Amino acid sequence: MKELLTQSVFFGVVISLLCYRIGLWVKKKTGWALANPLLIAVMIIVSFLVLFDVEYETYQNGAKYISFFLTPATVSLAIPLYRQLDLLKRYPKAIVGGIAAGVLTAMVSIFLMSLAFGLNHEQYVTLLPKSITTAIGIGVSEKMGGVATITVVAISITGILGNIVAESICRLFHIEEPIARGLAIGTSAHALGTAKAMEIGEIEGAMSSLSIVVAAIMTVVSVSLFAQFIP
Amino acid sequence: MKYIRQLSVILAISFVAELMEYLIPIPVAASIYGLVLMLVGLVTKLIPLEKVEGAADFLVEIMPILFIPPTVGIMASVEALKEMLLPLCVISVVSTILIMVVTGRVAQAIIRKGRAKAEGGAET
Repeated sequence: MKELLTQSVFFGVVISLLCYRIGLWVKKKTGWALANPLLIAVMIIVSFLVLFDVEYETYQNGAKYISFFLTPATVSLAIPLYRQLDLLKRYPKAIVGGIAAGVLTAMVSIFLMSLAFGLNHEQYVTLLPKSITTAIGIGVSEKMGGVATITVVAISITGILGNIVAESICRLFHIEEPIARGLAIGTSAHALGTAKAMEIGEIEGAMSSLSIVVAAIMTVVSVSLFAQFIP
Repeated sequence: MKYIRQLSVILAISFVAELMEYLIPIPVAASIYGLVLMLVGLVTKLIPLEKVEGAADFLVEIMPILFIPPTVGIMASVEALKEMLLPLCVISVVSTILIMVVTGRVAQAIIRKGRAKAEGGAET
């Protein structure tokens, strides 16, 4: 049995797809933001691998074919951004100004807290891209010498938290303009936050999904500068 | 065949992006070059939207599944994660809320300033 698994190319693919389906099902049944299909799938797969003493390499043997599509999928993010370009032209100042302020806040706050916690360079750059979409965050983390898998964990925590607190934060801090709300949610909590923004309203949703890619591109540029601050 | 053609365009851009990552000596991942190339192509109409649309939408839709293998990789980094679990949680929570508040307030201030100016202009 174990030998078969070790040689199988499809094992990693099938277990990934199957567990994601289970994650989607749990999400649909419970409706909780915490029931994130990606995290559920990963937890089941890790438990399975540990329980049956299957090596990570065995899983990766097939699963690497899934990751193959990561770059093409990230390239494809240009398509939704292109469709929203009209919005960007209509409110250029608020969008660019708001997102730039948010990205700068991310860089400065993560830098200061990393300094306070005494993190080393590797740990610091692992956290720098934590508010952007996973596809781009993984690339940024790897390129700067961080641990991409831990970046994914931080990105997931960020997204789930953003999704849960978005409405209360907007109310508490009197962020009332729908455009400002969307930008705030998308810039801080990427796609998982955007799911909440879409529930709040149409303008919020559109602005939030626009912010995902714009914030990510601004972050790529800023990270290359900020990464040097903790050598 | 339509999807194959669309996918070919996306993969070709990914390949050019890989070349750029290899040739340009700054730490930017191939996927970012690819995203910008694709966007420039669409804006300049060098790549018509319908030549990439269907396959691109599919890839964006299944994106969470693509994150599963890299995230399962956490198995190999448990020690590194344990070491920084507390800072990771604190930094994630605090910075997310800060970013949300600052982005929202700044964007709102810009919108309201623009509106006040427009209304002021209409009165005079």
